[in-house]
Amino acid sequence: MSLQLLTYIIVGLSFALYIAIAIWSRAHNTGDFYIAGKVVSPVANGMATAADWMSAASFISMAGLIAFLGYDGSVYLMGWTGGYVLLALLLAPYLRKFGKFTVPEFIAERYYSRAARVVAVVCLIFISFTYVAGQMRGVGIVFSRFLEVEVTTGLLVGMGVVFVYAVLGGMKGITYTQVAQYCVLIFAYTVPAVFIAIQVTGDPLPQLAFGSEVAGSGVSLLDKLDDVVTSLGFNQYSSGTKSTIDVFCITMALMVGTAGLPHVIVRFFTVPKVRDARLSAGYALLFIAILYTTAPAVGAMARLNLIETIQPGVVGSVDGNLAYEERPDWFRTWQRTDLVGYEDLNGDGRIQYYNDANPAFAPQAAAYGWQGNELSVDPDIIVLANPEIAGLPDWVIALVAAGGIAAALSTAAGLLLVISAAVSHDLIKGIILPRISERRELLAGRIAAAAAILIAGYLGFDPPGWVAQVVAFAFGLAAASLFPVILLGIFFKRINKQGAIAGMLTGLVFTYAYIEYFKGLFLKWAGAPWGENTAEHWLFGISPEGIGVIGMALNFAVAVVVSHLTAPPPERIQHMVEHIRVPRHFEEETA
Amino acid sequence: MHRDNRLAYWRANLRLVALCLAIWFICSYGFGVLFVDQMNRIRIGGFQLGFWFAQQGSIYVFVALIFFYAWRMNRIDRAHDVHED
Repeated sequence: MSLQLLTYIIVGLSFALYIAIAIWSRAHNTGDFYIAGKVVSPVANGMATAADWMSAASFISMAGLIAFLGYDGSVYLMGWTGGYVLLALLLAPYLRKFGKFTVPEFIAERYYSRAARVVAVVCLIFISFTYVAGQMRGVGIVFSRFLEVEVTTGLLVGMGVVFVYAVLGGMKGITYTQVAQYCVLIFAYTVPAVFIAIQVTGDPLPQLAFGSEVAGSGVSLLDKLDDVVTSLGFNQYSSGTKSTIDVFCITMALMVGTAGLPHVIVRFFTVPKVRDARLSAGYALLFIAILYTTAPAVGAMARLNLIETIQPGVVGSVDGNLAYEERPDWFRTWQRTDLVGYEDLNGDGRIQYYNDANPAFAPQAAAYGWQGNELSVDPDIIVLANPEIAGLPDWVIALVAAGGIAAALSTAAGLLLVISAAVSHDLIKGIILPRISERRELLAGRIAAAAAILIAGYLGFDPPGWVAQVVAFAFGLAAASLFPVILLGIFFKRINKQGAIAGMLTGLVFTYAYIEYFKGLFLKWAGAPWGENTAEHWLFGISPEGIGVIGMALNFAVAVVVSHLTAPPPERIQHMVEHIRVPRHFEEETA
Repeated sequence: MHRDNRLAYWRANLRLVALCLAIWFICSYGFGVLFVDQMNRIRIGGFQLGFWFAQQGSIYVFVALIFFYAWRMNRIDRAHDVHED
């Protein structure tokens, strides 16, 4: 059976499964639609959260990024997991006790203000759309590479599938589909990783293989990697090039951003009890950790594999480099997608792969007769081409395609749902038509979800040039706007409406302005970016990716100061906070 | 439910949160970022310890911390008689 047919069958079967689940778990009321009727078990919710959280970026790109960044890649590993600790300890149980449908709804009630709700909805919609555009693009790309259809066709099929289960099933449908998607994606990720770990080190567990000796060499994987990459002029794998303060701030911005992402927070509204919300965060991170501890091992092994393929002999010797005509099959396959590129700069018919941007290595390279790096590798192929590089059977390759699509679809669906809930519940019911009936609100939710899919599809089809930049922005924004006011709302009774709104706006404006200044987002027509995006120009040496941390600190400071200069929140709000803090429902004592 | 009991419950919660966040901070930002060079002088198997904490260890600690917090909080809930059902 051909690989393509096999891929069609496996991807087709996974789609049939998702749609069957969606029909079985249709939403009957707004409770089902927004928060799955609050009956999801903590383990199932943990899996759904993990699938919701791990996007096309986690599945396809992360291991490759780490392979090329080495230690600096740690910001993603710690940053995209550590936020769950903040969620479990600081937000999830209390928001579950509050027991409503959306994040802006909490902000509206806690700060007794429609204006705060509108600000929160704006933040939420912006964060979610930037994300979802990337996911739809991911679906299209996986389709086009593995099924050899146009990106547009792949995108339309993906939109169709999400449409069926998000519009029909709402949160309930999405939750149970995500459980299935988690199983598909984690299986697809770990199987090739285990095979490669065995090939490289003889140790089947990637997490242990990461620290094992490379088979037959007597040197550990990481030491060997350090050796090999430095001999080609690259920076040492186990140490970084980013400054300590920048690593610190990027990690913190990603962590706090994670805890402030509305589609993640809302998952903890779906469990039956407060204690389930705490436990569920633990399961979510456990399921995420399986992929996140595998990824750096895959990255390291793939980097070594790649270099040893290109540089099989002694560095600098005449026949030390791979002859272009002898390149392996996967190289040829991926060349067709332009993700692997080769240009014979010194005309010797061999492939030289080294760091030609390192001035200290330039004399050495010149002595070898090298005239520039000849190989370009897109980090995205590391995961996608891994099974081929390792020579694994076709069904594993087909499975990786299904896994990549599952990762992208599950995240897209979760995001689309928070967008639709923000429109139908926060804007329509909360502000425009408070007396709308439940049946019509449900209808409005479905229409909003459908419209969001169309917009997301459009953004995925014709991505604004800035998609990559705005992902960093989305995290910075979530860290600087939503997280501080939710946290303060639970832990400090004294924070009032004025403080919260001033804080959110300060965090938002500061973070946005900094990123616009150095990277340029919406004001390119006016000449942005204005600043040169290098460390010596940054504030305290913090890159735009990490600046959300300063935005967050400003948000906290402004919210506290403004609150203390204005009147305290009304009595009933202070009582509400006391109720949120205690798991059991209680009556106010009269004495 | 008495007010003093609720305050005592809240203080116990805050103490536990502070403890967990201290561990959270030390294992990720401490071992993996701020003191990574010092930690890297220690080797366990094929790993430099700082690098291991940054790419593996911190994640294991995060998972363990959440389960620990959930377990301790259930006990604190019951001790102050504020647990659900």
